[in-house]
Amino acid sequence: MTMTEPYVLEMRGISKAFPGVQALSDVTLKVRPGTVHALMGENGAGKSTLMKCLFGIYKPDEGEIVLDGRKAAISSSRDAIASGISMIHQELHPVQHRSVMENIWLGRFPMFWMGPFRLVNEKRMYQDTLDLFRDLDLDIDPKARTGSLSVSKIQSLEIAKAVSFNSKVIVMDEPTSSLTGNEVEQLFTIINRLRMRGVSIIYISHKMEEILRIADEVTIMRDGCLIGTWPSTELTTDLIITRMVGRDLKERFPQRTHTPGAPLLKVEGLCSVNPKSFQDVSFELRRGEILGLGGLVGAQRTELVEALFGMRGLASGKLVMDGRPIRIKSPSDAKRHNIALLTEERRVTGIFPVLSVYENTIIANLGRYRNRLGLLDERKGREEAERNVELLRTKTPSVSTLIRNLSGGNQQKVLLARWLLTEPDILLLDEPTRGIDVGAKFEIYTIIAGLAKEGKSIIMISSEMPELLGMSDRIMVMSEGRVTGIVEGKGATEAEIMRLAAQQRRTEAKGNSHELTIQF
Amino acid sequence: MNLQSNFRVKEYVAQRAIFIVLIALVVGIAIADPNFLAFSTLRDILQQSSTRLIIALGAAFILITGGVDLSAGRVVGLTAVISASMLQIDTYANRFFPDLPQLWVGIPIVIGIVAGLLVGLINGIIIAKLHVPPFIATLGTMVGIYGVNSIYFNMDPNQSQPIGGLRKDFTQWGSGYIDLGGGYSIPYIVLIAIAVASICWVIFNKTRLGKNMYAIGGNVQAAHVSGINVARNLIMIYAISGALYGLAGVLEAARTGGATNNYGNMYELDAIAACVVGGVSTAGGIGTVPGVMAGVLIFGVINYGLTFIGVSPYWQLIIKGLIIVSAVAFDIRKYMAKK
Repeated sequence: MTMTEPYVLEMRGISKAFPGVQALSDVTLKVRPGTVHALMGENGAGKSTLMKCLFGIYKPDEGEIVLDGRKAAISSSRDAIASGISMIHQELHPVQHRSVMENIWLGRFPMFWMGPFRLVNEKRMYQDTLDLFRDLDLDIDPKARTGSLSVSKIQSLEIAKAVSFNSKVIVMDEPTSSLTGNEVEQLFTIINRLRMRGVSIIYISHKMEEILRIADEVTIMRDGCLIGTWPSTELTTDLIITRMVGRDLKERFPQRTHTPGAPLLKVEGLCSVNPKSFQDVSFELRRGEILGLGGLVGAQRTELVEALFGMRGLASGKLVMDGRPIRIKSPSDAKRHNIALLTEERRVTGIFPVLSVYENTIIANLGRYRNRLGLLDERKGREEAERNVELLRTKTPSVSTLIRNLSGGNQQKVLLARWLLTEPDILLLDEPTRGIDVGAKFEIYTIIAGLAKEGKSIIMISSEMPELLGMSDRIMVMSEGRVTGIVEGKGATEAEIMRLAAQQRRTEAKGNSHELTIQF
Repeated sequence: MNLQSNFRVKEYVAQRAIFIVLIALVVGIAIADPNFLAFSTLRDILQQSSTRLIIALGAAFILITGGVDLSAGRVVGLTAVISASMLQIDTYANRFFPDLPQLWVGIPIVIGIVAGLLVGLINGIIIAKLHVPPFIATLGTMVGIYGVNSIYFNMDPNQSQPIGGLRKDFTQWGSGYIDLGGGYSIPYIVLIAIAVASICWVIFNKTRLGKNMYAIGGNVQAAHVSGINVARNLIMIYAISGALYGLAGVLEAARTGGATNNYGNMYELDAIAACVVGGVSTAGGIGTVPGVMAGVLIFGVINYGLTFIGVSPYWQLIIKGLIIVSAVAFDIRKYMAKK
């Protein structure tokens, strides 16, 4: 027995709090050299926060990071790379218009002197890249324009870059979320090769089958806490799911008093123009129904509702509203058919931060506030905004306050008011309570339930399992762009939803309906 | 596989569309009037395009970083006046500096270039250190530099008189040429422009600064996490551009044999137009030296050629406007992603 350290990386007792949330409490992660260590948990379990602590993006409140038996001080991503930790991000960000090799050696080009001039040594850079790729058995032209590569090739490029830094630990965040079956096999080959050389991989994924195949050990987190670490041979899909979700549902949702009515919207065989996005989606939405839309990262739920709102292209499929076929090619089409969308990225596509609550309320509906001269009737608009502030109990000093000065929950209420003023029949809500504190969530839930009672139909994307179960009449679950099941909300269990959400496509066959309705 | 090679062909044509347009333009004008294909025409177009090319190359540096530089034209005016004011023949009646001895011609030229470089340095510092958007920062220097130049130009005893009577050993760099015999000749200014373009090509393609410039314009976040000192690179790039405008201003004085404080007015817009027509993206990260050269030549050919075949100057403006917009509309299609 040699006295080498059993762990290449130890994160000991990491805690991190954000205002209002304990994101991590006393989490420990120990990674052995030359292993694939899976990190699992629901959305919001704290995996990303933990990795951001490892990468110096967040500073943990408590705990320490030990590398090769020595305590490491990591306060920036540069420190992390220098200490031998690299991360392959879920969304890869190379410089699109430059060559592959320039992306790999960016910031550390090999140089040479030509007379008085110091020039980039292209030959050496090309050769180094070739050697690196040959070493990993990658078939990529170092001189190709990076933007012309497939997602999987760009990912391989990022892995090669990590290897070129001599990284001991490589973090892969959802590496297969945008890969096809074949590309996943290639990725696994690369991972195996790295493991053989003693590189450790921290592998974040929701896909059970992948994890059980590739991982040596699995660490499971829930609600910012460590549940435990097990060798993957001791785990099954069911065991992982139980340990990931196992929690009780508290009374956090308003009582449901309405019953859904006749079908309003019929969606048949909807396919995105992007072959990697949603395909062959069919469902029905009834009047006064809340249809929950569940799934994991990469399930293409946002893409689906954005397509219903005319923000994304459709290759094929039918939309029938009230018995009449409709076509939606732009958000203004959608508005005309009384469809409203509350987007997920409130700050990016929702609020106009420098405008007031009043202006933010009426902006989607300015046509209604014209006076006889065709000018904006400000008094009428203000009254409407004030009425909505009262109705939704938005906390704001006045309707003239800039919306950016409101809390997230109150901003969300203003946005809800904005879309309610368009008098929609169908409300598409994309993560309506994201980033909103618990108290305000209940109020949003109450508003949503009230709208359903008024007869409005609601499609609500949520990545929070309790929210999905607590609010939905029915829950439609998607995985990899396909609908994997539609279940009744009453009586559905977290495990059931999770199983559907994690369902992987076994075959590449097309035209197969994957829909499967589970009765209770 | 087939799809891929088809895509390659399309990409190949798209990348070179600008040169195809240039050739088509020359052919079209030559059909209208075959005399257009004389050597003297080519020489005149190149001579007129030389300073424009140097300014456009400066603008290309900035555009590729994702910025924009509105001060270029006013820097040209400033350095034209500064260099001309020190290079008048000593027998000339209205000398800017009546008692100035005859300096070696290189000194005022270098002073002009350094003045341009300093303005660029100021632009760079305002943008990279104070985080003022390039449009605003260079709008400010554009206005301010014109003020500085006008004060200088209005000094006693000149009092805003156009500066004339420039020395032959200076003006030859703008209007002189090497006689090749048999009616052929190459203007010095064309050789200078070609030399500057060559140096720029090396900087763009072979130096760390050039590659960092593309990375910063292409994805500043990626550049930052790759350990590139973004601020320092930006400042250097703005300084180099300023020096190029400075050189262009000096050459404008030499070419025209004089200078006023209004020299160079709005040249920055011509330079930006030539860049975007030559495939430089105003969003940053894309652009080549041959592309910029083609962009400048297209406008050179239009200016000269359309006049040559008798198209009215007003129609020329309309044609130029159409070319700018359609070139960019076409270019954007190359990079548009399908949602």
